[in-house]
Amino acid sequence: MNTKNIIKSSVIALAILLSGCSSLGVEPWQRDLLAKDEMALTSAPVDAALDDHIYFSKEASSGGRSFGGGGCGCN
Amino acid sequence: MQLKKLQKPIANSANKKALKGLLTTATCALLGVHGNVEAKTDLLTDWKFDTALMLYSEPNRVSAGEAIIAGTKTFSNDDILNLKVTVDSLTGASANGAVAQPNPQTFTGPSGEKGYHVDANTTPLDNTFKDLRVQANAQWTQPLSNNYTWSIGGNLSKEFDYLSIGTNTNIAKDFNNKNTTLSAGFALYYDVINPVGGIAKPLSPMLYPDQFTRSFKGEDDENSGSSSKVTIGNNDNKTTTDLLLGLTQVISRRMIMQFNYSFSTVNGYLTDPYKFLSSVNDNGLTQQYLYENRPNNRTKHAFFVQTKYHFDNSIIDASYRYMTDDWHVNSHTVDLRYRINLSKGNYIEPHVRYYTQTAADFYQPFLQEGAILPEFASSDYRVGEMDTYTLGIKYGMPLANDKSMAFRVEYYHQTPKNAGFSQPGVLAEQNLYENIDAVIAQASYSF
Repeated sequence: MNTKNIIKSSVIALAILLSGCSSLGVEPWQRDLLAKDEMALTSAPVDAALDDHIYFSKEASSGGRSFGGGGCGCN
Repeated sequence: MQLKKLQKPIANSANKKALKGLLTTATCALLGVHGNVEAKTDLLTDWKFDTALMLYSEPNRVSAGEAIIAGTKTFSNDDILNLKVTVDSLTGASANGAVAQPNPQTFTGPSGEKGYHVDANTTPLDNTFKDLRVQANAQWTQPLSNNYTWSIGGNLSKEFDYLSIGTNTNIAKDFNNKNTTLSAGFALYYDVINPVGGIAKPLSPMLYPDQFTRSFKGEDDENSGSSSKVTIGNNDNKTTTDLLLGLTQVISRRMIMQFNYSFSTVNGYLTDPYKFLSSVNDNGLTQQYLYENRPNNRTKHAFFVQTKYHFDNSIIDASYRYMTDDWHVNSHTVDLRYRINLSKGNYIEPHVRYYTQTAADFYQPFLQEGAILPEFASSDYRVGEMDTYTLGIKYGMPLANDKSMAFRVEYYHQTPKNAGFSQPGVLAEQNLYENIDAVIAQASYSF
């Protein structure tokens, strides 16, 4: 897949998602569960940082969840 | 025991004060705040700290210890400052890229002085491995008008042979009653590598010091006789540019989803300066060891989707990532965490992760003597075909005064695979794709 195609399909996917998104969601007073710390997308940032470091140095992939850039000479 | 070590310094209020003082000084320096007493007082209060101590151990191979302390301060206007320091140390043995042989093997250490021996029928491991890394991160996040949030950060990481400097910025906008968030981020890293013994000439042979009285045909004149390699310089560098686009969507009162696309391009020295490939004859017997060489650039695309669902007494956190790059590494990662709430705020969280990757196109387990040398080659199993899985469990408990503690144990297993290479002669009897097991133990304390 070349970069142009990837960007093109990403933009299309995003447009479809966004148009569908407006009908999703909750009212502010329905956020009791979503407001909990454990419902945050990265609810344990320290665990995530440690895991990222392990997998970055032991496997050939990085990024996705967050930036996967430089930082150590381990890979 | 680890926890005691962790708790003792940080539970002590005098130390906590000292830590706050340090953070204040660092913050003032970072933000250019001058000795304003009010600003200082405001900065001192309401810090939240997350700390962790982790041990990583591969039996007979590498062991690592990592400590993290992260402080977060939320100001009255919802600005957030996050400071983090990470220290990790590494000891033990790591695969040097050479293949196992029916006879013992001798390697020159990276410095050219200290060599090491490897038994017959054993995967060669470099046991001269030792490293200490210190990393500092700072991140500033602030809400702007019109539902925009802006963030900027920097990081610095130093090992004795490696330096990384990075900066990042991110902008996010909330739509649909804050049920939809779009974000775009940009990060730039500059890394300098200063390997022991210098940068080897690509695919040049490992040299033996004089005392080994063994010499290779074609040995270069540039060799002084005291180094392990023919070098082309003392250090090299690479730059990484990352782009991250994200969409977060609240689906219902119980469910949230995230979709990310990340683009990363790296230019510069991407070779592992400490790894070789064995050059073998038709009988599979090693004739010499050549320093590996990887391409000078790499472009990666990653697609990531995550969802969290809140049941009555539990939360499921599921994510999937697909990554593809121009080295022809394609990977799939599935990660599942299931948090089960117990009584009084305690919880357990089982964790399963599965990962699979294809080999980079320049990966090969060894070189064939007499064949034309490829431009790029690496036998590093980490860029070869491989499956891995992780099984883990975490136990968390709340403590008085909004403090909490958690323990995590994980088992990590790597299965490198043969991507279709034949093993001539004596190599047929050798295991070139040895499995690797690791145990990860972590204690965390937040206060």
